[in-house]
Amino acid sequence: MNRYPLWKYAIIVVALLIGLIYSLPNLFGESPAVQVSSGKATVKVDNGTTARVEAALAEAGLKPSLVQFDGNSVKARFETTDEQLKARDVLERVFNPDPAVPTHVVALNLLPRTPAWLASLGAAPMYLGLDLRGGVHFLLEVDMAAALQRRADVLATDLRSVLREKGIRHGGINRSGNAVEVRTSDEANFDTIRDLVRSQFPDLQAAEGASAASGRLVLTIRPETIRTVQEQALKQNMTTLHNRINELGVAEPVIQQQGANRIVVQLPGVQDTAKAKDILGRTATLELRLVDESAEGRAAERGTGPVPFGSERYLERNGQAVIVKREVLLTGENLTDAQAGFDDTQQPAVHLTLDGKGSRVFRDITRENIGKRMAIILFEKGQGEVVTAPVIRSEIGGGRVQISGAMTTVEANDTALLLRAGSLAAPMEIIEERTIGPSLGAENIQRGFNSVVWGFLVIVGFMCVYYMLFGVFSSIALTVNLVLLVALLSLLQATLTLPGIAALALALGMAIDSNVLINERIREELRAGASPQAAIHAGFERAWATILDSNVTTLIAALALLMFGSGPVRGFAVVHALGILTSMFSAVFFMRGLVNLWYGRQKKLKSVSIGQVWRPDTTGVSVAGTAPASDKE
Amino acid sequence: MEFFRIKKDIPFMKHALVLNVISLVTFALAVFFLVTRGLHLSVEFTGGTVVEVSYSQPADLGKVRAIVTGLGYADDTQVQNFGTSQDVMIRLPPREGQTSAQQSEQVLAALKADQPDVVLQRTEFVGPQVGEELVHNGLLALAVVVVGISAYLGLRFEWKFGIAGILANLHDVVIILGFFAFFQWEFSLAVLAAVLAVLGYSVNESVVIFDRIREAFRKFRKMDTPQVIDHAITSTMSRTIITHASTEAVVLSMFFFGGPTLHYFALALTIGIVFGIYSSVFVGGALVMWMGVKREDLVRTTRKDGDPNDPNAGAVV
Repeated sequence: MNRYPLWKYAIIVVALLIGLIYSLPNLFGESPAVQVSSGKATVKVDNGTTARVEAALAEAGLKPSLVQFDGNSVKARFETTDEQLKARDVLERVFNPDPAVPTHVVALNLLPRTPAWLASLGAAPMYLGLDLRGGVHFLLEVDMAAALQRRADVLATDLRSVLREKGIRHGGINRSGNAVEVRTSDEANFDTIRDLVRSQFPDLQAAEGASAASGRLVLTIRPETIRTVQEQALKQNMTTLHNRINELGVAEPVIQQQGANRIVVQLPGVQDTAKAKDILGRTATLELRLVDESAEGRAAERGTGPVPFGSERYLERNGQAVIVKREVLLTGENLTDAQAGFDDTQQPAVHLTLDGKGSRVFRDITRENIGKRMAIILFEKGQGEVVTAPVIRSEIGGGRVQISGAMTTVEANDTALLLRAGSLAAPMEIIEERTIGPSLGAENIQRGFNSVVWGFLVIVGFMCVYYMLFGVFSSIALTVNLVLLVALLSLLQATLTLPGIAALALALGMAIDSNVLINERIREELRAGASPQAAIHAGFERAWATILDSNVTTLIAALALLMFGSGPVRGFAVVHALGILTSMFSAVFFMRGLVNLWYGRQKKLKSVSIGQVWRPDTTGVSVAGTAPASDKE
Repeated sequence: MEFFRIKKDIPFMKHALVLNVISLVTFALAVFFLVTRGLHLSVEFTGGTVVEVSYSQPADLGKVRAIVTGLGYADDTQVQNFGTSQDVMIRLPPREGQTSAQQSEQVLAALKADQPDVVLQRTEFVGPQVGEELVHNGLLALAVVVVGISAYLGLRFEWKFGIAGILANLHDVVIILGFFAFFQWEFSLAVLAAVLAVLGYSVNESVVIFDRIREAFRKFRKMDTPQVIDHAITSTMSRTIITHASTEAVVLSMFFFGGPTLHYFALALTIGIVFGIYSSVFVGGALVMWMGVKREDLVRTTRKDGDPNDPNAGAVV
């Protein structure tokens, strides 16, 4: 009656094995490591880098316990923090010989000490959230309205130049909100413009029922275009953030999209939070200035004279000095796009698109400075670097600029990327920010750990005393629950936060409910006079419906939290929901297996060790189930 | 060991009226405090900046407050100890034209100027739009839980049980909120999670008792409704106390070891668990009785459904 078929035991064994393997990595802790990753989009990290790291470390007499390349970065693991710090300095010298122009990010990191055989099974420790590791969390919201306005500006400018080219007269083109308005009262013109827009401007559509009578043609941006503009804006902002964060030397930054217009940035282990905020919050980093072409300026450029007053000296990437005037003509804010491509003669070129204001300013500058040079300077880490300093050949209107000559396709790509990276597609605002000091993170882990351990010990102690052998079974089931839950969290790589640990503790407290239900039911059956085997059977059978009901209601609450919760609540809800599922397995299925294994094969079972069962009719004298020793007969 | 040696069913339902009046008064008080005092919402809901700093010596709150108000913040800016006497939590309202980063840096700089050993532990900034979203989502989550659970109970038992179960537990939720309003404890996102978790958890209690009521209706044909309910409550007493004590043990360990972050979380759970027992036993049971549940309500419906999980199917005692 209380026997499990073999396949049920097989399931239990397999579940236990999987649980053990995947929860195991959490026991090994972390060891200090140095991580080398690319600091610029143009620098690739590959197996060659691994060799360089190994060579550099060997030369310095440092013995890493492991050097590995994981696709994006090379990580070297060390036994002590002392070695780690030395290695960082060594690698920093090797990979960034010029500290002013860093090409690689050399960062300190903590790597899980998971043995290779476990790692090869895909086992990894739980992913700790920021509140446990320390670091900075930002939630940024991209101003999509501004992105659309910029797009409308560009389209208005384009339309203006096309109309001018074709000699179509109009009463002025303006942007109002996200729409472009063309003033015209001439009916023939109205139709020509509308047809032109239809054929040449796929991004725009004429408003419904537009007629010449109103005196204006309102063109709105198509919904598909709006979507792509928003997606691009978000992507570009994320790229920009990536580039900026690289400067910080963070080992594992998280930059993720959240919803349609938000970006989450998490920088674990960052100590200098002020700097992180400063770098993330930076706006324009791109400046357009004129090159100082005076005699003094040229002399300074050759290095034969001092930098003239009102000018500054910057270096090009090839080390060539450029003397530029202090006056900033345009900033990255006015640059809407930069793409690599080819010019009319099939030479590699970079195509820039400026917004409305940028185009006007640019036209004026180019008209007045034909034959002179203009410099585009990118400011990184507060230092300027001249991206390119082309000669102005002619007046450029319409906001479309082409930089070409003496560059390879790769260089064109680099320049375009640098130009794009320097500018944000749309302004961003920090709407949520959390900074957790590193000591607080460690404290939180300790606190969470203590809560779980003490709660667990109290329950186990009580269960063993109150329910004797059945209490021991329940405690083993509870341990299995904990192992399975940790394994599941490690396997899913769900972020574990402090509320998550609280949910872990709470899951233990709630999981024991099922065991208490079962144990009480068995006692009750015994009290009513059932034979021990029948009591065990009926106890499990009858408690099951109740356990299912109560777990479903708890699960409803957990799922609602998961659906609508954010941040800390989500971390709680994930663990809470998983905990309910694992507890159903361990407290019912697994515990029954244990009981069956122990008692099931004893045909003439006289008593079960479930603590004293008191019967009202025998005035307080205990009847069934005495000391555990006498149960094994 | 056997803690509960109850010879006869305890006549809970005889005192149902008195107990219900007590619940009603507690409930009314909770609502009263919620309305008059309101919840002390954390920065997650209201928007603003929280700066947590720690000193190597016990901090002089008066001085810290003076420094903060010296920066132009209102006199009622919240400056309080957080966990230990060395840790101080400062809560700043949002300020026009200043980012939260600037706010927290400014405060930290001012505090450093006074006492250089101050260390920044944590800052948190939440924009007002996020706060509004959180309030909205929190209410939505509560609604989903309430509807979901009562629908499930209605399906498994009968609509009267669904309504009684959810009313009994909403009563707990309001009382937890009442406590938070009365003592002006900080109501954070973690507390909201605790409240919803308790809602799911203490419904268990009602489920267990309802299960027994159904069983007793079948088993003891001669008992009338109050007697059946008394029997159900009495026979689950032992389980109720033990399982809640176990859960409470974990919650208390969080309360004592979990540090300030889990403090109010554990507190909300404690109140929820204590009132959860009370409400399922006295409120839930009594409500079912007042709604006039009959033997026919349960026995007929389950037979018709042919419930595969029927705990009574085939068992002879």
